[in-house]
Amino acid sequence: MTENTIEVKNLVKTFGKFRAVDDISFYIPQGEIFGLLGPNGAGKTTTIRMLIGLLRPDSGSAHVLGFDVRKKPEEVKKRIGYMSQKFSLYNDLTVRENLDFYAAIYNNMPFRQRRERVDEMLEMVELGHIQRSQTRSLSGAWRQRLALACAIIHRPKMLFLDEATAGVDPVARRQFWDLIYRLASEGISVLATTHYMDEADYCNTIAMMYQGRLISLASPDTIKESLPGTLLQIDLGDPLEAQKVLINDPRVLNVSIQGMQLHVTVKKESDINAIQRLLNKANLPPNTIEIIQPSLEDAFTSLVSQQRVLDQ
Amino acid sequence: MNQAITTQDLSKRYPGQKKKKAIHAINLSVPEGSLYGIIGPDGAGKTTLLRILASVLPQSSGKASVLGFDTKRKAEEIRKVIGYMPQEFSQYPDLSLNENLNFFADIQGVAKQDKQERIDKMLELTNLSHFRQRAAGKLSGGMKKKLALSCAMVHNPRVLILDEPTTGVDPVSRAEFWALLSTIVKDGVTVLVSTPYMDEAERCSMVGILYDGQILKEGSPEALTHALPFSIIELKAKPRKQMREVVAQTEDILSWNPVGDRLRLSVAEDKERQVRRVLERKIKQQKLDLQILRSARKTMEDVFVSIVEEQSQTTDQTSLEKSATQTSQKDQNP
Repeated sequence: MTENTIEVKNLVKTFGKFRAVDDISFYIPQGEIFGLLGPNGAGKTTTIRMLIGLLRPDSGSAHVLGFDVRKKPEEVKKRIGYMSQKFSLYNDLTVRENLDFYAAIYNNMPFRQRRERVDEMLEMVELGHIQRSQTRSLSGAWRQRLALACAIIHRPKMLFLDEATAGVDPVARRQFWDLIYRLASEGISVLATTHYMDEADYCNTIAMMYQGRLISLASPDTIKESLPGTLLQIDLGDPLEAQKVLINDPRVLNVSIQGMQLHVTVKKESDINAIQRLLNKANLPPNTIEIIQPSLEDAFTSLVSQQRVLDQ
Repeated sequence: MNQAITTQDLSKRYPGQKKKKAIHAINLSVPEGSLYGIIGPDGAGKTTLLRILASVLPQSSGKASVLGFDTKRKAEEIRKVIGYMPQEFSQYPDLSLNENLNFFADIQGVAKQDKQERIDKMLELTNLSHFRQRAAGKLSGGMKKKLALSCAMVHNPRVLILDEPTTGVDPVSRAEFWALLSTIVKDGVTVLVSTPYMDEAERCSMVGILYDGQILKEGSPEALTHALPFSIIELKAKPRKQMREVVAQTEDILSWNPVGDRLRLSVAEDKERQVRRVLERKIKQQKLDLQILRSARKTMEDVFVSIVEEQSQTTDQTSLEKSATQTSQKDQNP
């Protein structure tokens, strides 16, 4: 028996010539939230499909809750919870009936126990007041909370979230993550993929995948701190034009646009004057330039562009 | 300025939905050449509104017109001059990019002699030329969205209606998609786009906030953020738990929300300096590792959060009042 909920060693999966997952290793301690990030097509979903026993690895090993996913996929499936962007709820059933249905298929709980567990879930996701409503009539945020309750009704010790919050607004996403935090504090381990970088910041550890490989594995703060150079946030009228002006300058490591702000990573702090001059000369005078600490969005953008440069 | 899209009291009630309208009395005007963003919580009615404007769904009452054409009576004309990108991937997965574009060019009425030129232009614009023979189903998520955009634009429409075009797309591909949109708007196309990403809302010239079927607020991102009646302080200190405790015990903080690794605190404008000083002192006293403490630019996320909080408070209030009247009625009626 191991203490880690998940242990992955040198995992590989190929489809024909395409190496979807290319020799990745990581582990997830009990009660940790682990974020798996990467561009579309980097291999995140393939990794999850192997870890939940749906897809057989070509080589390497993966243990989930102590079970080898290759030898005991059925044992793994029983013990994990899984929720994806396209979660499946029965629209013509009520909220309560959906929960009851998932409780019944996952394990043979006696009726009374099942009722108690359903009540407990309704309370946790705060849907008790609409338990008799048809699922069809729920808003996106409520459906999502119901899907989460269905995914954990059988008390899994490991929960997989594959873009579970795609398309959800910031307030609902925050409420959803409050629930995830609560589950983690109760000892449930979580592996989540997301394209929202603010959510990635809520993870204990982040693995960045790129073309099947792990290019970074660290805590969110470590990833941000290890970025080279100095990050400038520049407020100006036309960030897109400014990006074109700066992108090939030798002092500039990376340029991206966030909202209407231009984020420019320069090699050293003193380059700030040169940048100001360049922009003035291009008739794009900045309103403000300030040095800021990178967010995970900056880190993601910079790591992916570094890889692209290496590829070329 | 001419309006590309206007609506008057536009409402939609789906069959079987007795109590509630999906959208209710929406009055919208989208100026020609603008990049107009619709943001709102899930289920607010964003998709319903966009479908009606794309003339693929009839409204229940009210009026909508696109480039002067009525969406109900002149649907055919509208489809020639608009491009519509629904939320779901709607291209043929087993056809190549070329074949998909050809198909959409045909059904959207591109003249035969212009077709190849338009298709090439679209592939070039979206940087997909290398992949023209690949099956659409084998593209990555970000590329699929760019193909969908190409198909929606192959007939050179004057108005583009995009329903959450970047949901499920990674940050880098999302940035590429928005760079594309900026180019398209610069070419004079009017773009109406819905999005759950607040940083994207900031790149729009106008934003409408849809809540529970109604447009609650409308304006430029600058005007909307400027109108927030408070300042924002950004704070990051470690350990996080102690940082939260310090914030919870500090006076004059109106509300606070975690965003990524930081907390964003709303503070009355005249209290901002003072609150920052108090926080700094407390954090030093408790020997926390202070990493960020600064006055931050207000964002569309701040606008959105404050509107949703305001709304849910009023809803809670009304339901409380309702239950209170119900109880008192019960009391009178033993």
